[in-house]
Amino acid sequence: MHRTGELFGQFETMEQQRESASLGMWVFLSTEVLFFGGMFMTYTLNRSTYPDVFGEASRSISLTLGAVNTIVLIASSLTMAMSVWASQVGKKQLLTIFLILTLILGSVFLGIKGVEYHEKFVEHHVPGLNFSFEPGASVATNAHAQLFFSLYFAMTGLHALHMIVGAGLLIWLIGQSLKGRFTPEYSTPVDLIGLYWHFVDIVWIFLFPLLYLIDRH
Amino acid sequence: MSTTPAARPSATPGNTLPREHYLNATYGIRSWLLTTDHKRIALLYLVSVTFFFFIGGAFATMIRIHLLTPNGYLVTAETYNKLFTMHGVAMIFFFLIPSIPAVLGNFLIPLMIGAKDLAFPKINLLSWYIYLVGGSFVLYSFSTGGLDTGWTFYTPLSSVYSNSAVTPAVIGVFINGFSSILTGLNFIVTIHTMRAPGMTWFRLPLFVWAHYATSIIFILGTPVIAITLLLAGLERMLHLGFFNPALGGDPILFQHLFWFYSHPAVYIMILPAMGVISEIIPTFARKPIFGYTFIAGSSIAIAVIGFFVWAHHMFLTGESAYAALTFSLLSYLVAIPSAVKVFNWTSTLYKGSISWDTPMLYALGFIGLFLVGGLTGLFLACLGLDIHIHDTYFVVAHFHYIMVGGAVMGYVGGLHFWWPKITGRLYPEFLARIAAVTLFIGFNLTFFPQFILGYLGMPRRYHSYPPEFQVFNVMSTAGASILALGYLLPMVYLIWSMRYGTVAGRNPWPATGLEWQTDSPPLTENFDVTPEVTWEAYDFINRPDLGLDVQGAPSLAPAHGDD
Amino acid sequence: MQSQMPLYPEQASNFAPNVDALMVYITAICLFFAVAVTAAVIFFFFKYRRKTAGGVGVPIHGDMRLEVIWLVVPLLLALTMFAGGAVVYVDFRRPPMDTLDIYVVGKQWMWKAQQPTGLREINELHVPVGRNVKLILASEDVIHDFSVPDFRVKMDVVPGHYNTLWFRPTKPGKYHFYCSQYCGTNHALMGGWVTVLEPTDYEAWLSGSSSADANPLVAGEKLFADKACNTCHLSDGKGRAPSLNGVYEGKVLLADGSTVTADDGYIRESILVPAAKVVAGYQPVMPAFQGQLTEEQIIALTAYIKSLQSQPVPATGAGIAPAGKK
Repeated sequence: MHRTGELFGQFETMEQQRESASLGMWVFLSTEVLFFGGMFMTYTLNRSTYPDVFGEASRSISLTLGAVNTIVLIASSLTMAMSVWASQVGKKQLLTIFLILTLILGSVFLGIKGVEYHEKFVEHHVPGLNFSFEPGASVATNAHAQLFFSLYFAMTGLHALHMIVGAGLLIWLIGQSLKGRFTPEYSTPVDLIGLYWHFVDIVWIFLFPLLYLIDRH
Repeated sequence: MSTTPAARPSATPGNTLPREHYLNATYGIRSWLLTTDHKRIALLYLVSVTFFFFIGGAFATMIRIHLLTPNGYLVTAETYNKLFTMHGVAMIFFFLIPSIPAVLGNFLIPLMIGAKDLAFPKINLLSWYIYLVGGSFVLYSFSTGGLDTGWTFYTPLSSVYSNSAVTPAVIGVFINGFSSILTGLNFIVTIHTMRAPGMTWFRLPLFVWAHYATSIIFILGTPVIAITLLLAGLERMLHLGFFNPALGGDPILFQHLFWFYSHPAVYIMILPAMGVISEIIPTFARKPIFGYTFIAGSSIAIAVIGFFVWAHHMFLTGESAYAALTFSLLSYLVAIPSAVKVFNWTSTLYKGSISWDTPMLYALGFIGLFLVGGLTGLFLACLGLDIHIHDTYFVVAHFHYIMVGGAVMGYVGGLHFWWPKITGRLYPEFLARIAAVTLFIGFNLTFFPQFILGYLGMPRRYHSYPPEFQVFNVMSTAGASILALGYLLPMVYLIWSMRYGTVAGRNPWPATGLEWQTDSPPLTENFDVTPEVTWEAYDFINRPDLGLDVQGAPSLAPAHGDD
Repeated sequence: MQSQMPLYPEQASNFAPNVDALMVYITAICLFFAVAVTAAVIFFFFKYRRKTAGGVGVPIHGDMRLEVIWLVVPLLLALTMFAGGAVVYVDFRRPPMDTLDIYVVGKQWMWKAQQPTGLREINELHVPVGRNVKLILASEDVIHDFSVPDFRVKMDVVPGHYNTLWFRPTKPGKYHFYCSQYCGTNHALMGGWVTVLEPTDYEAWLSGSSSADANPLVAGEKLFADKACNTCHLSDGKGRAPSLNGVYEGKVLLADGSTVTADDGYIRESILVPAAKVVAGYQPVMPAFQGQLTEEQIIALTAYIKSLQSQPVPATGAGIAPAGKK
């Protein structure tokens, strides 16, 4: 197995290795845009077809929790950016600290998400698990509300899955950082995982207004 | 059969295989299952896609036999519906889409650009394993009740009404998508960052350009079908309503999302084959390709425009007439770059020194069959005509001409062209030519009658049909038996040649690509020394190392005997 | 020859000659290019066959003029193909005003057609020659497709909304129709016959057929009461909902200021998802009936509402916008 920072056999120079890794991450992120994009499209179309029920269903998810999560995630992107800076100027201890902070903030996000999901579970708003939005309302209203919640769980669930993967990557990164593997000459994993983390943040920046903010009055 | 020295590849008798190469560098099953060598991974893929080709082919055989009579007595209606569905799923997702990229692309791209491997060799291996996992889910579906939704999985039939093993199949195709995505990612990064010194973009072989364009589609299109199948699978498992109108959903939304990928997917299937043809023709005409920049540009144009035509599969769903007009116009636009390629390939033959070897026969067969397939696309893009021929056998004939007559011929032709590089040995030329011609004849007999059936109105996916359609169905089945022979022959002699074929030497044809500068088979690291490129692509004149008669100069090559 | 091994179906509708003409035109162009390219390939293949083992070809890298020519010429030809097809298609998608409307419901695995008088047919369709016929297509389950090759027409039948298909039969006779969108096990058995009759024969068939089927109007009127529609949609306009007198095919003013035509699709949507288009001046209080009515019930209600077209429109509380407004 290669130690982090060594030249892999298929590359001629470290520069080529770094370039490849970076391009690889950007290409991967572009696939993620299309991946989430399909669901965003589905949500947007359904939102404009059933604006009233979707509005009602949207108002039943906690704006407070969503807003707090947004701040938490933006803060985590800040600490992630700080860790990239720290690695570039060779401040290894700061690097580790910022990475740990990012991990903590990411975990807080996931924790709050768990609280939200639990709320929805208790209110019977989870499709497939005794779903019931408005017991007295028509079949159609409940069906459209279920559509909202299906998309809500699918979109936030997929996002949370990406956060969990990100958390795992951060744990690995912290381990490597503690071993002092990152220097100003070599900090590629920090840069690229930073990119990934920022991307997951941006997805949330779109999710939050779409799911929580439209028609909030 | 008489052969002139001009017709035989210039392999010197008495060649021996190199002492060490990628096949014998390490031994044991672990060295294969845990390999990161792009060449070994290509062979792993070769075995897997051939397996799925057999499965898809078995289903096709049963379909054609069943259709010999109007009230087919071979299988029940339900089984027939499963046969055409599983034929489509196996062939499209597990054979056609991976075939050329994962076998030939994986093997050749690093060699062609002068690199030691792809940018991410471990991810390359992961791609193969993901493909196997996806394939396993689909095989599980096939063997526990089968799948009868059509490979297009239209809702609400697939998500609500079908009683077959839809969920595992959908999971399998979903997982397989990631195999494609990772392959595409690998190719794009490799082509950008790992070209040898002097290998500029416009010196790249057109095979590489073709795979670059294909990879763009891989990475941008595949995620959309992934999410679509995910939603459809969730709908089926949890009775959600994305695409079910009874719950407020829209079945047409499914079609839009599905075709957004599945149309570009057909370009995934044909662009690599076009890349193969762009290599074979200059090699076997011994001159540069006519219009290099236009062929390279056409590949990119097809990939880009191909993303904007998906709703031509939906002209009759009740979509707005304005949408239909737009998509019809764009569909005509996407045909033009393909036409440009055909004209350029044909022009390359002019004043060439043309060998009649098997790869050239496949390339010319490709041109003929792709011509018919592509031109019949113009009929389907025509809105007024599509009203009549949509969802009939006309469509079936059209896409088989392109996918089988085009893509599969490109794949098999490419296998023959690069067989000496992959195995170090030559295939038997005489048998190979017979197989190529058999394939061409059998193919036309099978699928041309289907154009007529389609215009007469016979719908697709019919297990039984009105008696007036029988004549053409019988013709089609008869042709299929010849086609099958055309596929079985190469499988037999290619395997035979791995042990008994003439040793080929480095560059038997000879061809101009970097891959022909290394041993056959190559070392694991591909090149002893990183090459430095100073010549243009397909330059036969300024290459004394090829040993050809350039402009009447005495030949520098040793005398050839008839092998 | 045509009768023994036909290469194209009969021409039995107004569209058939145009579609066949398109076919001939495109075939001619494609045949020209196919033959030209194939001939060139074969000719070069033989003429430039390699003569010596080391022979090379003449290096010609390209020709910009040729590239432009064979890019522009096919493009222009393609545009003509597009234009010809577009004309036929737009005509096909815009049914004329004076159509004989027949409701067709597809379900796994049969077709039910309903003539304007309410007369029902199963897997059969009788139509008069020379009249414009419009089929309003609905599905009860999955996506189907109604296709008549001899007419050169087809249209998907999609659950969740109506699609329409129109044609004018030009020749009496019996013509096959098929389901042309894979719909499950017996997809191939889901077809039947369109019988085109002389107008007098058609009338005779309509009235003479012993059919005890209930007139959809009667069924619709009963449903209107059963589902309590009549408690809000009072005909005098004094209810919580607009009067439906004269509404069918009239212009309706919506709450957001736009106007729509109250066609079959609008009626269907207003029953299933009334919140989608609320009439100006009314509250969105109508319950949604999605999931609670079959396609046939919706057709019956529509037939009843259609019958109110000739009823007197009240001065206030009318469903349609007053004449003179936009």
